[in-house]
Amino acid sequence: MRRINWKVARVVGSRWETASARTLELDVDDWDGHLAGQHVDVRLTAEDGYRAQRSYSIASAADGRRVEITVQRVADGEVSPYLVDQLAVGDVVELRGPVGGWFVWAPTDPGPVLLVAGGSGVVPLMAMVRSRATSGSSAPFRLLYSVRTPDEVVYADELAALPSGVDLTMVYTRQAPDGETRPARRISLQDLGKPMADAPPSVYVCGPSGFVEAAATMLVTLGHDPARIRTERFGRGGRGA
Amino acid sequence: MSHQPGHVDGNALAGPLSEVFAVDITAAMATCAGCGLRSRVAQLLVYGGGAGWVARCPGCEDVVLRFLRTATDAVLDLRGSLSLVVPLAT
Repeated sequence: MRRINWKVARVVGSRWETASARTLELDVDDWDGHLAGQHVDVRLTAEDGYRAQRSYSIASAADGRRVEITVQRVADGEVSPYLVDQLAVGDVVELRGPVGGWFVWAPTDPGPVLLVAGGSGVVPLMAMVRSRATSGSSAPFRLLYSVRTPDEVVYADELAALPSGVDLTMVYTRQAPDGETRPARRISLQDLGKPMADAPPSVYVCGPSGFVEAAATMLVTLGHDPARIRTERFGRGGRGA
Repeated sequence: MSHQPGHVDGNALAGPLSEVFAVDITAAMATCAGCGLRSRVAQLLVYGGGAGWVARCPGCEDVVLRFLRTATDAVLDLRGSLSLVVPLAT
């Protein structure tokens, strides 16, 4: 018996987020919607039958059969270069999901939310920001987004025009844009320690393992209850190589 | 998630384990047989990928769960778990 079958996903659109990250808009058969924070497994099958699969966070809020993933190219990766550079509108891939029931935000939760993103770890957190908007939630959100350089910021236009109630803090670790007063350096207690709401927030941390480890440790140091901190760790370079 | 050095976490097991379990198992609470620490499956340290995964306790790094997917079977080894508590919708 198969609980969840692989589904056919057709590429219906795409857009570049940075020079190395591309969002794929997929139309998926039998899609029943998803929760912000969930991911999908994408499977590619070569002509000789060789298969490779990777996990990608869903970037979009629930919207019928439509699902968006944002893929970061990993230079020597097996799957991501194909998804970023080769896959064209009309092509199909196999997809399993949505999966993951723990690293999720439900729009019915009115409490404050602190989102901490390292690099491409911003993708599932952006799904939460988008779900907040589409659901009409007024939960106080704060997104802290750590990225190496301004060129690597995904969703830049959208981040520049976030709705009220969503506070954005950018952390540049190698090169800050002109006019940025905070010098380029890794995320610190000071970055994470800004107060946001009276009630303790639910915290979601997503990024490379080292980033998640460091951020989660700092959050506990700052007094956050470990039980309110949910983390998701990627391997190198993004969710799937 | 294959060909990646180091570990990710149990969130990565959501897809593979969905072939075996009727409910999402990453939200389940696993008790490590080695040290007794209770962790969400999502928070276990996961090594491997492709067809085989090893999930270790974030406290003592003992193996809590192993999962192998062959062409015909799914093999789940839970000897490192004292219990697995699965939240169910009420």
